[in-house]
Amino acid sequence: MNILREILEGVLASRSGKIGFSIVIFHLVMAVASPWIVPYEFNAQAEVIDHIGPSLQHWAGLDTLGRDVLTRTMLGGREAILVTLFGTFLAVTWGGFFGILAGFLGGRFDELIMRSVDIFLAIPWMIFLLLVIASFGNGAHVMIFTLGFFYGIGVVRLARAATLEIVVKDYVLAARARGEGTLSVIFREILPNVRDVLMVESAMRWSWMLLAFSALSFLGFGVTPPTPDWGLMIANSRIYLPLAPWPVLVPMIALSSLIIGINLTADAMAKSMGLDKTTRTPV
Amino acid sequence: MSESLLSIENLTIGYPGSDGREVPIVHDVNLTLAAGDTLGLVGESGCGKSTLLLAIMGYYKTGLSRLNGSVTFQGEDPGELAAHQLQLLRGGRMALIPQNAGQALTPTLRIEAQMFEALSLHANIAPAHWNARCIELFERVRLPTPEQILTRYPHELSGGQQQRVAIAMALAGEPDLLLLDEPTTGLDVTTQAHVLELLQKISAESNTAMVYVSHDIGVISTVCRQIAIMYAGEVVEKGSREVLLESPVHPYTQGLLASIPHLHQQTLPQAIEGMLPQPGKRGSMAGCVYAERCPLVEQHCREMTPLTRQLLDREVKCNLVEAAVSQDLIRPGLEIVTVEPGENTVLEVEGLGVSYERPSLFRKLRGHEPTLTTRDISFRIRRGEILGLVGESGSGKSTILKTVAGLQRPYQGRITLLDEHDLALPVESRHRECLRKVQLVFQNPDASLNPRKTIEEILRRPVELYFDFERGAIEDEVDALLERVNLPVSYRRRFPAQLSGGEKQRVAIARALAAKPDLILCDEITSALDVSVQASIIKLLLVLRSESDLSLLFVSHDLAVVETLCDEVIVLQKGEIREAGAAAAVFRNPQHAYTRSLLDSVL
Repeated sequence: MNILREILEGVLASRSGKIGFSIVIFHLVMAVASPWIVPYEFNAQAEVIDHIGPSLQHWAGLDTLGRDVLTRTMLGGREAILVTLFGTFLAVTWGGFFGILAGFLGGRFDELIMRSVDIFLAIPWMIFLLLVIASFGNGAHVMIFTLGFFYGIGVVRLARAATLEIVVKDYVLAARARGEGTLSVIFREILPNVRDVLMVESAMRWSWMLLAFSALSFLGFGVTPPTPDWGLMIANSRIYLPLAPWPVLVPMIALSSLIIGINLTADAMAKSMGLDKTTRTPV
Repeated sequence: MSESLLSIENLTIGYPGSDGREVPIVHDVNLTLAAGDTLGLVGESGCGKSTLLLAIMGYYKTGLSRLNGSVTFQGEDPGELAAHQLQLLRGGRMALIPQNAGQALTPTLRIEAQMFEALSLHANIAPAHWNARCIELFERVRLPTPEQILTRYPHELSGGQQQRVAIAMALAGEPDLLLLDEPTTGLDVTTQAHVLELLQKISAESNTAMVYVSHDIGVISTVCRQIAIMYAGEVVEKGSREVLLESPVHPYTQGLLASIPHLHQQTLPQAIEGMLPQPGKRGSMAGCVYAERCPLVEQHCREMTPLTRQLLDREVKCNLVEAAVSQDLIRPGLEIVTVEPGENTVLEVEGLGVSYERPSLFRKLRGHEPTLTTRDISFRIRRGEILGLVGESGSGKSTILKTVAGLQRPYQGRITLLDEHDLALPVESRHRECLRKVQLVFQNPDASLNPRKTIEEILRRPVELYFDFERGAIEDEVDALLERVNLPVSYRRRFPAQLSGGEKQRVAIARALAAKPDLILCDEITSALDVSVQASIIKLLLVLRSESDLSLLFVSHDLAVVETLCDEVIVLQKGEIREAGAAAAVFRNPQHAYTRSLLDSVL
């Protein structure tokens, strides 16, 4: 827990970090609390539609079916955030583990892992994702596993690269000379030094995965209507964009702000950890 | 003063600290250099000497800037010049010779291309004559077969040759001032001696002035006529070589000179207590920079910044000059105590041969013999004995150490520990008891201590690994270990980055002691440290040896350290033993020509 507090303090030390982190927290709180604070039912249709733009009753206006856009936007991040949070955790865990193992063991195992990574990176993942969803459905667990798997591939490379910098250090050699086992060396000597890179990477992965999830919803493969979701809302109302921009703009702002918030947090984190070399003190 | 080539006045270089105050790295430095003169800047790592050197070229690292003072070179201030003027200046009228020539040369270009580039920029010679000029320059730096060197890539040259090429390149523009940043630090003693001899000749042949930065006062005194001693960003004493080395005044200079081990010295070198203050960590800028470590310190030293005074043919910056001159600050050094080693053999090595080659099965079947990196190595270490392995890099001394540690498999020969454990086995197949009895200490404590672990975590790991202690007993053990290496118990919660270099190396030694080993393998453990702390590590090893009958295998290229510390010594060259015997006998009366050439290279 000490580590988390240390990271948080680092993020909050810069102004951009403070802004980014508050945006992320706002979205997380909204995702948890929205069912209790939304003004309307998410699929309730207005009885009289005389004015689809923002009004006193409907602050962000109504969508094509007369549903309250603000309500749907407030609820629309729940599924996306849930799936991508678990997905990111999965991606960083398995990617990190195999990456460190490949970097530490080297030789044939490293070759095997890295060539498999190359093969997977050559597959157009969006099409592959669609294939998986078409065969196994779009349940949350399917989404978590497929997104988690695909986004872990890049983590393998990164974790391996970070590990290669550490394995040559004398303290790893010292641990081996002391007679420590492979897992002990990985968890005691290597992981603490690769941790920072992985933390920043998980934040970046999370924002990319959010975009990917919204893209899938946009294409109609993410969540099932009438569940509110940002990507789906944008897709459904986009043809009316010139007439009624609100149902597209509001979820778009919600999605973009979350991604900007995550990126600002990740940048602040990287800077406080010294991974961003430009901000180091000269001596 | 107008005819001086270079003059630095009240120069202060620093960066803005987090609390808005300026943090100086170099503080209030005054230096002048006449044409053709040679000046050496000596100081511990982190004292600001390289920053000062780069400032002479008008270069400041990102974040650093000149806060005060001026640099004047031939009437101009390099820091004020426009980019195109600087381009003419650097490499032209003044040239830098970097520490690591291997890294300073572009690896993908032939030497020819790089030399021609230097000539095209800084020499007024027609391209047709470039080749001839290069050969002339290479002859001047005594490179063998200059024509061939031109066609090679940097990695095809030895370290000494790379450094010579870098010197030739610096001379291409016929500079008036050469700036040298530890140009021999990565080199072997014999190569270093050759490069220094070359620099002396260059300085004598042409009217080239030099500013030479080094932590090694021995190196500086062979090349430079003037010496400036730097401490924490300030020049504390400056004078001619003879004056400074024979009668140092400033307490820091006195301490520094006493901490250097010399060959055939009867007493132990003495460490300076304490550590160099970090930039920005000093409470106030007032007071003497050396106050924290000075044996003479008085209250007003902490409050009053000393002025630089002319005294006994030198400039010295000390509040208590009179006291420093009259008192002999250096206590008489401790006699080197020799311990009569026990009869039991701790380590026995017989006919050891190591090869880094891994021939394929096919080649093995055809009877292919691998090339041996070391061969026919036999020696033994008795209980309580310290054996030194010396030789140039590539002589196989580290290979032998790694093999004993089980990190490298021997190709032939036997290694036996205490007549019972077979150390030819790799570390993975060794028994826990056998692992415990042999411990390893590395050259650079920055690399051998995990930066993410507290000192406590680092020290308790071997205890947990080798002994089945209770939780409370482990805690006590960690405390006891810290005490044994003279570190305060409060260091438990610190991270390695919060310790000085010498303290880190003590932790590394404590980690080895935690296993209660019979044999400790030391791989150049003093060479990454500043001289002022190196002496304290030597003393610690000797104390530990006499306390607990430890045996040490001590690998080093520093002959003076080996002579001070070791009972027996083995001289290695190209993987073979050239000479072996009692350290005193080998160093005083060397039998082999190679040993003699090594000893002659010592400064």
